[in-house]
Amino acid sequence: MEPVLEAKGISKSFPGVLALDGVSLALNPGEVHALVGENGAGKSTLIKVFTGVYRPDGGELRYLGAPAAFGTPLEAQRAGISTIYQEVNLVPMMSVARNLLLGREPRGRFGVIDAARMYGAAEQVLAGYGVDADVRRPLRTLGVGAQQMVALARAVSVDARVVIMDEPTSSLEPREVETLFGVIRRLRETGIAVIYVSHRLGELYQVCDRVTVLRDGRLAHTGELAELPRLELISLMLGRELNEVKAEGVTRFSHDHALADGEPVVEARGLARRHVLNGVDVSVRPGEVVGLGGLLGAGRTETAKAIAGALPIDGGQVLVAGLPLRGGSTTAAIRAGVSLLPEDRKAEGIIPGLSVRENIALAALPSLAKAGVVSEAKIDAVVEIFMRRLKIKAASPGQPVAELSGGNQQKVLLARLLAVRPKVVLLDEPTRGIDVGAKAEVQALIDELAGEGLGVLLISSDLGELVEGADRVLVLREGAVVGELAGAEVTEERIMATIAEQAGAEQAGSDQVGAEQAGSEQAGAEQSGG
Amino acid sequence: MTSPTMNLTDQPSANGSARRERTGRVLQQHGALMVLALLVIVGSLAFDSFATAGNAASVVVSSSFLAIIAIGMTFVIISGGIDLSVGSLFVLGGVLAAYGSQYGTAVALLLPLTVCGVVGLAQGLIIARTGMAPFIVTLAGLLGVRGLMLAISDEGATTFLVRDPAFAALGQGDLLGLTYPVYVTAALALAAMVLLQRTGFGQNVYAIGGNEQAAALMGVPVARTKVLVYVMSALLAGLAGVLNAARLSSGVTILGIGLELDAISAVVIGGTLLTGGAGGITGTVAGVLLLGVIQSLINQVGNLTSAFQQVVSGAFLALVVVAQRLLSKAQRLS
Repeated sequence: MEPVLEAKGISKSFPGVLALDGVSLALNPGEVHALVGENGAGKSTLIKVFTGVYRPDGGELRYLGAPAAFGTPLEAQRAGISTIYQEVNLVPMMSVARNLLLGREPRGRFGVIDAARMYGAAEQVLAGYGVDADVRRPLRTLGVGAQQMVALARAVSVDARVVIMDEPTSSLEPREVETLFGVIRRLRETGIAVIYVSHRLGELYQVCDRVTVLRDGRLAHTGELAELPRLELISLMLGRELNEVKAEGVTRFSHDHALADGEPVVEARGLARRHVLNGVDVSVRPGEVVGLGGLLGAGRTETAKAIAGALPIDGGQVLVAGLPLRGGSTTAAIRAGVSLLPEDRKAEGIIPGLSVRENIALAALPSLAKAGVVSEAKIDAVVEIFMRRLKIKAASPGQPVAELSGGNQQKVLLARLLAVRPKVVLLDEPTRGIDVGAKAEVQALIDELAGEGLGVLLISSDLGELVEGADRVLVLREGAVVGELAGAEVTEERIMATIAEQAGAEQAGSDQVGAEQAGSEQAGAEQSGG
Repeated sequence: MTSPTMNLTDQPSANGSARRERTGRVLQQHGALMVLALLVIVGSLAFDSFATAGNAASVVVSSSFLAIIAIGMTFVIISGGIDLSVGSLFVLGGVLAAYGSQYGTAVALLLPLTVCGVVGLAQGLIIARTGMAPFIVTLAGLLGVRGLMLAISDEGATTFLVRDPAFAALGQGDLLGLTYPVYVTAALALAAMVLLQRTGFGQNVYAIGGNEQAAALMGVPVARTKVLVYVMSALLAGLAGVLNAARLSSGVTILGIGLELDAISAVVIGGTLLTGGAGGITGTVAGVLLLGVIQSLINQVGNLTSAFQQVVSGAFLALVVVAQRLLSKAQRLS
């Protein structure tokens, strides 16, 4: 079979970096091809070469059997190469139908758009993607999963031969992922080729036929995915020996810190907020890692934010070391020793234009100042300690944090968190979207912090991470704790069972996934309404 | 081929949230119209001289010039931009029309429209090609065009008079008690509505204002659409100036200062988001009429000066912006 899209010895360099070094990849019609590698391995650069964002410096790009050179993403798209990005690239305020058909609207007399036919056509197309929505409503009223389906439907309906999916499941619910996979399998049947980029290895094995592994801009491996055991795939990505990976496990949690007892360092009682939280009780003892499990919108993030004073609450109380904390104030929480690592690193975490040094020192400035005047020497000392301890890879402390990789940005945030000497840290998705190496380091750090007697509240959508990292797991649903697992009970199966049990009992067969993913407010609204 | 049957949308509670979302959208789109109706009713009950045909006609006639400018501004704002040059272009259009009327009606029409069109084209090209902020580019336009107008009119000392009766009739002639500019405005509003809702160009304007990057990836000709939007806005401002000169039989150089702000107010009061991506012509027309009715009501109250109208309009604008923020929040929650 002749490949539909082929890269032959592609090279691409940026000032000071060789991003791609003679990489080849052949994509056959009707195959789902996994493209994996750590951040910085060259995945994004290769995708950008395919989609016309970058022109390669060397090598050849062939499309449909002929040499190809796309000048712009639009050109590549017109030729039949569509990309579904992590963030949905549509216009949220326009209606679903107009988004789907923009530029190809059915026309009536005088070339004027025929609205009735447009809505009909949109409904028909979307039904094939499991989206049953009012196509007249603005796109933003749909859940992220449905929005992604609209983007996919649009891509496929403009006669795509190749669909590139960049982390398509990062904001999807498990059941939406299933729908997506159903669609991908359908694309495969119709001969469309898919390049699938994901950090979630489990998904790759479910849906992909072949795999290409990149490492440091070079091709590390390409071949059938089913023949490649998961551990070997990880070792190829990391460039580490297989037995080394085996010895250390998939995550880096060691559980060698002593199991905690004694008084809780932080205790939340009956946290309530209309539509969001409905009486959540959480306590964390020194040296204990408490995991929060549950689906998206179950109230995990909101619980952490409420404890940290970042979300005003209607009821309930937070006690730190037995003393009540003034609610709704992050300043008070930080002073008392509670620090939050927010879920959305870019929007709520880093300040991209500031340097690594300034980002780390930001929260700790009050403690580094005398009469309001900050001591530069003290800042340098603190920054140096944390850059070394967290192995932050930056050219210098003065480098803007925006230039760092995702993993290093996350470490900078952790350093900011630790620089204020907290008693308890609330980590919301600390390893999401960062490469495998940094992930392992962050996981090891969590262990280490607990070992030093810090209380840790860990939120993670990665069940493996939750199971291996947490001493105790609280399962949330609709803003309330519905189960607590400790010790040997903490397994992926038990967590899923706890979520499923409660869900099954309350839902009695009604399909509620859409409501869940539409956001926590929604989940809460239903609860208070029903 | 079987399709996955899973339901990705929020069906169980969809009724409540959909209703809330729809209420929000209706309020956003037609809030100005509702307030307008309310004010008209209150005004009619409170003042005998308010609900007369004569007063209604005077509100409509005096609003028509602002409405023409505001229609162009609606396109600009939906595309995510702003056009500060329209007040100056309105004045320049009037002065050039009065000046050109000595050479005949055709010149009186074409000269101002050509000059304004060129200014709009230049602004559009700079904004679309260099990515400079529309605020700055059109602020430069505002100052430059005003300077040009002052140069032509000897710093405002010379007032050109319209001596061409055919041209003057464009602004003064009337049909069924309303002057021609009202009909021109109505026709333009209708055409703009179709253009915005039912053509590819209109869709492109919404798409660019909603998410420019996504629009580009979806194949929208971003630069061309932006240029067209600014050309349209400048042409409409010029046309309003032309009609105004015909109405007054002279190119008045002092009216029209700050008119761009009235146009922006009317558009925003009409429910178009200043951030772009949403809005419409009906709202803008309602917004313009609302400003006119507020002025008319204040005139009815004997002891208030017309300066007070600005205070009320300003307060109202602030209210609308706050309400919009609350509405979009409510829509996001649902």
